Amino acid sequence: MNTATVARRGHNVSPAMLADRAMFIRLETLRLARICGAGHYSSTFSAAELFAALYYAHLNINPQDPHWPDRDRFVLSKGHAAIGLYPVLADLGYYPMSELDNFTKLGSHFGDHPNMKHIPGIDFSSGSLGHGLSIALGMALAGRMQQRAYRVYCMLGDGELAEGQIWEAAMAASHYKLQSLVAIIDRNQLCIDGHTEEVMRVEPLDQRFRAFGWDVQRIDGHDFDEIMAALANLKPSGSGKPQALICDTIKGRGVKRMELSLQWHVANLAGEDYDDAAAEIRAGLKPLPKPEKKRGKN
Amino acid sequence: MARTDSRKPRFSRSTEAQGQDAIFRGTAGGDVSLKDDVFKDKKSVRGTPSASLPAFILGEELADLADHDPRIAVLTADLAVANRTNDFKRRHPDRFFNLGIAEKNMMTVAAGMASCGLVTYAATFASFCAILGAEQIKTDCAYPGMAVRLVGHHSGMSMGFYGTSHHALEDLAITRTIADLTVVCATDANHLRAILRASVDHPGAMYIRLGRGRDPEVYESVPQNFRVGKAITLRPGKDLTIVCCGSVVRASLDAAEKLAKRGIDVRVIDMHTIKPLDASALRKAVRETRAVLTVEEHNITGGLGSAVAEVLVDEARIPFMRHGVPDEFVPVGPPAALYAHYKLDADGIARKAASLLKS
Repeated sequence: MNTATVARRGHNVSPAMLADRAMFIRLETLRLARICGAGHYSSTFSAAELFAALYYAHLNINPQDPHWPDRDRFVLSKGHAAIGLYPVLADLGYYPMSELDNFTKLGSHFGDHPNMKHIPGIDFSSGSLGHGLSIALGMALAGRMQQRAYRVYCMLGDGELAEGQIWEAAMAASHYKLQSLVAIIDRNQLCIDGHTEEVMRVEPLDQRFRAFGWDVQRIDGHDFDEIMAALANLKPSGSGKPQALICDTIKGRGVKRMELSLQWHVANLAGEDYDDAAAEIRAGLKPLPKPEKKRGKN
Repeated sequence: MARTDSRKPRFSRSTEAQGQDAIFRGTAGGDVSLKDDVFKDKKSVRGTPSASLPAFILGEELADLADHDPRIAVLTADLAVANRTNDFKRRHPDRFFNLGIAEKNMMTVAAGMASCGLVTYAATFASFCAILGAEQIKTDCAYPGMAVRLVGHHSGMSMGFYGTSHHALEDLAITRTIADLTVVCATDANHLRAILRASVDHPGAMYIRLGRGRDPEVYESVPQNFRVGKAITLRPGKDLTIVCCGSVVRASLDAAEKLAKRGIDVRVIDMHTIKPLDASALRKAVRETRAVLTVEEHNITGGLGSAVAEVLVDEARIPFMRHGVPDEFVPVGPPAALYAHYKLDADGIARKAASLLKS
């Protein structure tokens, strides 16, 4: 699957094709991180299936017209996962893949965190955690004001949910009944210093979002059947509850040594380690025993 | 939306003549003791007593602009009454957004809206604007070049006895170090109208610093020659140049008047744009006058005086003094008393100017 076609919302894209693109995202992350000698591997790996499903099978976008006013918006609040999004945008035709060869070099358009001024397809710059949901909220309000039917998707990390501004935005989203706003939470369990539940507890996440007036679905964020079903379940933009997709994921998923390890948030794979990791990714995701489900139990 | 009328602005009567000195400025003869009857209204007042001061025109002017421009939206954080954006809400309810007491969210939301082609005005007390949301302004507004106009009102120590939590004496220092952010101070209501009109199509993000919104008049009509980044010389002079902005422009003009009676010829420049600073007006002042005094309602560190110093350091040496609030938290008191205490009233500024010329 070398040429990706623009997938429109509701199109049938096979899970096999999506798995192939998730593999592509992980491999490109390895390649780009090697250019600068440091990369956010594990936060990107946890989101690889989500990126693939959104960009290849769900978002209503047009790479030939990045500023199309009616397009769906995607805000990567966890901007450090941009290393996995850049290859997707290139693959979809926003810019040539070769531009990524300059990743992080002096004057490059592509830094560790995404810059909307330089990168077609990036709907907003990010990097400072806790801001994205407010940006997305503003886009949703603008859509309503301009009578456009687009949805706004915001991918949040679980660690950044400790930022107070997230909850300011969560409160405002339900106050303004922004059904067009979709928060996708990459619940990959770890922040930098440890497990979220040790550093700063975020659970019970579904109950918390429901209490703030949101519709909540909780799914396995590495399972395309669950992801696609949840995306298909989303209500159209309009006046109603904002919608949260809490995606239980595994930080570092796809490379065993990185899975739920604190040592690979920012790291560098060299020599044989690089080849081993690439081989492991090419072999595809190995099934894991399902993690203890936290859904609705707390 | 271009306004090409190039009539010279007409300048207003002194504060004394406007009868507002006793309440907010204390610029008349240094008598800062409030007359007993100023606030003793015959009837109880709901909300903050407004006496008979000019209205805060922010919401009204934005509503006028929005009549002709569908891009304009206004946000506030539970201060629609204080900043009169409720005047906007009344006329454009679908374009008004109250985000509650959540200023950081408000600023970032304004940036998100701007990314969809809107021009957004986000207004809150200056103390909760650039100081509280500096990082939101930098990361979400200035860096991506969003058409967000952050309006910090009740700046400086104009909140008087409400105390330090409600004072903003650091905001110019904070905002002018943020790249690609335009920083403008409104002098009075007419000047604010000019700023707002110019702001609609201004590239990138702006911080607009307002006083209490009922500041004594300097401009009798909307200054048609207003340009962002271009200082306005309000009064010609050869002995001394006073470079000032915002709420202290009126007092600086009154001080110049007092000094004129003593034969001192003072030029007064309204340096309304702190960034980008009008360096050519400053170089001209250095060439044509004998000394430069900056006056601002801001901490003496980092504001207008510092910005001017950064230009003057490369010029021929002439006597130069920065005048503002010293690097301390100010005591409690009514605004007029505080202005007198810090020599930011007409008498105080005149004394500072005289001492600079003697040095």
